[in-house]
Amino acid sequence: MVDDLVPAPAAGGRAASAPLLGRDTEPTLFELSEPGRKAWQLRTTGVPDTPLEELVPEEHRRTDPVMLAEVSERDLVGHFTRLSHRQFSVDLGAYPLGSCTMKYNPKICDAVATLPGLADVHPAAPANCTQGWLELLVELEAALCEITGMAATTLQPAAGAAGELTGLLLMRAWHEAAGNRRHKVVIPDSAHGTNPASVTLGGFEVVTVPSDARGCVDVDALRAVLDEDVAGIMLTNPNTLGLFEEDIRAIADAVHRVGGLLYYDGANLNAILGVVRPGDMGFDIVHLNLHKTFATPHGGGGPGAGPVAVSARLAPFLPGPRPTRVGDASSSHFGWTTPERSIGRTHSWHGNALVLARALAYVLVHGSDGLRDVARLAVLNANWLRKRLSGTFDAPYDRPCMHECVLSASSLKRATGVRALDVAKRLLEEGFHSPTVYFPLIVDEALMIEPTETESLQTLEAMADALERIVAQCATPEGALAALEAPHLTPVRRVDEARAARHLVPTYDARPS
Amino acid sequence: MSGYTPHTEADVASMLEFLGLESLDELFSVVPAALRLAGGLELPAGLPEPDVFAHIEDLAAANRPCGRDLVCFAGAGAYDHEVPAVTRALASRSEFVTSYTPYQPEVAQGVLQAVFEFQTLIARLSGVAVSNASLYDGAAALVEAVNLAVGTTGRQDVWVSHGVNPAWRDVLVTFAAGTGHRVHDIPLVGGSTDWAATAFDDVTEPGAIVVAYPNYLGCLEDLTEARARCDRSGALLIVAFDPVCAGILRSPGDWGADVVVGEGQALGMPLSFGGPYLGLFACALEHVRRLPGRLVGETVDAEGRRAYVTTLRAREQDIRREKATSNVCTNQTLMAVTAAIQLGWLGTTGIAEIALRSARGARYCRDGLLAVTGVEPLTSAPVVREFALCLPIDAEMAVERLADEGFLAGVALDPSYAGDRGNGLLVAVTERRTRAEIDAFVSAFEKAVR
Repeated sequence: MVDDLVPAPAAGGRAASAPLLGRDTEPTLFELSEPGRKAWQLRTTGVPDTPLEELVPEEHRRTDPVMLAEVSERDLVGHFTRLSHRQFSVDLGAYPLGSCTMKYNPKICDAVATLPGLADVHPAAPANCTQGWLELLVELEAALCEITGMAATTLQPAAGAAGELTGLLLMRAWHEAAGNRRHKVVIPDSAHGTNPASVTLGGFEVVTVPSDARGCVDVDALRAVLDEDVAGIMLTNPNTLGLFEEDIRAIADAVHRVGGLLYYDGANLNAILGVVRPGDMGFDIVHLNLHKTFATPHGGGGPGAGPVAVSARLAPFLPGPRPTRVGDASSSHFGWTTPERSIGRTHSWHGNALVLARALAYVLVHGSDGLRDVARLAVLNANWLRKRLSGTFDAPYDRPCMHECVLSASSLKRATGVRALDVAKRLLEEGFHSPTVYFPLIVDEALMIEPTETESLQTLEAMADALERIVAQCATPEGALAALEAPHLTPVRRVDEARAARHLVPTYDARPS
Repeated sequence: MSGYTPHTEADVASMLEFLGLESLDELFSVVPAALRLAGGLELPAGLPEPDVFAHIEDLAAANRPCGRDLVCFAGAGAYDHEVPAVTRALASRSEFVTSYTPYQPEVAQGVLQAVFEFQTLIARLSGVAVSNASLYDGAAALVEAVNLAVGTTGRQDVWVSHGVNPAWRDVLVTFAAGTGHRVHDIPLVGGSTDWAATAFDDVTEPGAIVVAYPNYLGCLEDLTEARARCDRSGALLIVAFDPVCAGILRSPGDWGADVVVGEGQALGMPLSFGGPYLGLFACALEHVRRLPGRLVGETVDAEGRRAYVTTLRAREQDIRREKATSNVCTNQTLMAVTAAIQLGWLGTTGIAEIALRSARGARYCRDGLLAVTGVEPLTSAPVVREFALCLPIDAEMAVERLADEGFLAGVALDPSYAGDRGNGLLVAVTERRTRAEIDAFVSAFEKAVR
């Protein structure tokens, strides 16, 4: 049921021509295994070949070998290369997953991360062997402080959620140092799921405030829940609807008035780079998602990096040890220091260091103007798509957005039975990754679209054409059915998620024989 | 505008016109003027890529990486194992590097299947039924394991052997400030957990007992007592294992572990100044509904073909919110894919071979160093890849002196390990160390500690 129109050119962002060969299932590594094959080669060492029996006492020895797989290097390369061909990626095409910020990842950042002078440094090497790394981290920290308008940053948290929990523990330590034990943290109903989960792990109780009709925090409702037991509020600004919280100063004043702190979830910081800073809005604690805003690639689900920046009064509580310039600003000697009231370590070592190096490269190639252009063009792209598509889908908050827009397939579902999920699946075979669907939770049949600044106008046009075509096709029963049964052209058709949960097969060994 | 944003001036003009705007600044009219940054960020202007590369090359040149410059005898949770060209090449394929969490399984079978294979490999290595799709690092895996144990048993007291990596224990204590768990230390004697010093199961009801195998000092402990104490008290047994040493050692599952955690860096990741690494988390099937993070399961597509998808999603933060088993969202998927590739490269014979060769190198090196006047063993239990020594001089001084001679001699131990004697040094030897390197290290060591 796929039409054969020659697609509009999309300047790099449309993946429909990807040569996905056939639709055979790729065997697992275990099925490819053939006893007696091997790929490994190890260094000739000349070390005496002491028998295992003399090295490891019997009670500690494995009795049977651990069966992994036995493949040649050629088998291995074939297998993982074929798997890679069954995978959508930013390099392949546009990836407008709202809130996830899947922008193009400059290759220079990868090149930097493979420098042996960075990649082969042991994390426990003495500071006089790691001066370059320490300087790099100090330089990145300074840039992140300037970008967020904060005073100091910890680079340890390995991802956004780790940053959130670190930030909440900072909030807890701050109140405890002042002799207060506060129990509640306020979050809006549009918040990311990590926010309430982190609040619980931080030992606080979640208090949810509703959004108003304009999609922003209902300030009166917020004032009603604020009291001396509120440790703080976690906000994303722009929020998960892609809308700027215009009343942020009033919110900050209200929270500060009861002695609470403001936590900034940096998931959407990319929208305001160089335009407005969390510190200037009144935030006390900010986490950044370097794998979003600073384009360190997302790796199919990580590694990320979630540094936490704080105002001066919270700096003494930051995790340690911290990379530090020893002496005055002109010193070129670096070491480690632990802040006096540190909450402690939050990572085995110093954070996802190679991700941090990539982020520094991203900051340096963009610079002050470039970072502002990132925000401006991300917002331009999102608003262009919002306006172009607002007649095709419902626009629950029909006003200018920031870096992403949230539309709804509510009317489409009512008229044709085709849901947001079906639109998402149908878009996949048009050569675009789908938007985020069913988030935020407060929008029915939500389609959350974040095109990012690295997609061209031609790509946006092609994506909008595809979405309009999908909706138009749903007007006929056959067209609606095509959407309900989509995708047709992907390596596998719609995947049975319910079965996966009902008949759990978490490893190859758990397969029913 | 940078080379990464494709907009021509004409594009921008036509898009602004479509929106009825005069300028890009107008896009931000909703931002109160008083808050807007007047003069822009105080950062330098953007630099061309070659200039940025040169700058970071300069920084890299101020480090001393392991390799020819600094022959690596350091471990403590970060090991210099072989990373072959094939692992580097496959793990840097942009389809793996530049994709997101597999929310749309129909176009993410590559990552999903690779993670499914990773889960299978880690389950086999650890000897328990289920592995998740990765956590941030070994410390994060330990924190999550303790959360699982406390959630399962409803008991907040957790007893952790001093043989567990001290940085991981620090992280555990940091996060316990939020959860309210009480973390208790069990001391070591002779390099093994001193069970006699701790009669905790008579006093409190522990939620978990945590031991490491091999432990931080490289020692192999008999885990029978740990298992027996769990059986008597109803605690869960959490074992921090090493996925390389597991190639020749009894698996944690075989010892009776309920939850297995570990640091997976040794499975194909460079030393990377400590990250990104790979948190390993595996457990018995009965705990799967409390598993932290993502889990990939096999299923079928609409045509009945084998397919993979993230499953048991109802545990996760985006659905369960404040009642989720964990707040983890982004994990270390690319590192899990890397580990799957590396374990495929090693295979059944290779994993045993690198463990055996490391143990041989460690034995040879330890014998050599113990022959140096004034150097004493710090532990008496058997060791595999890593061992602890007592030096006649300050260990940090020894490390600095040996760095001048081209060796990263190890990691100085904190006084809680070195005891009254002090001067503790932790030394690791992998399959990459040659006899010539070890011999040269031993003679330099002899001079350095004199």
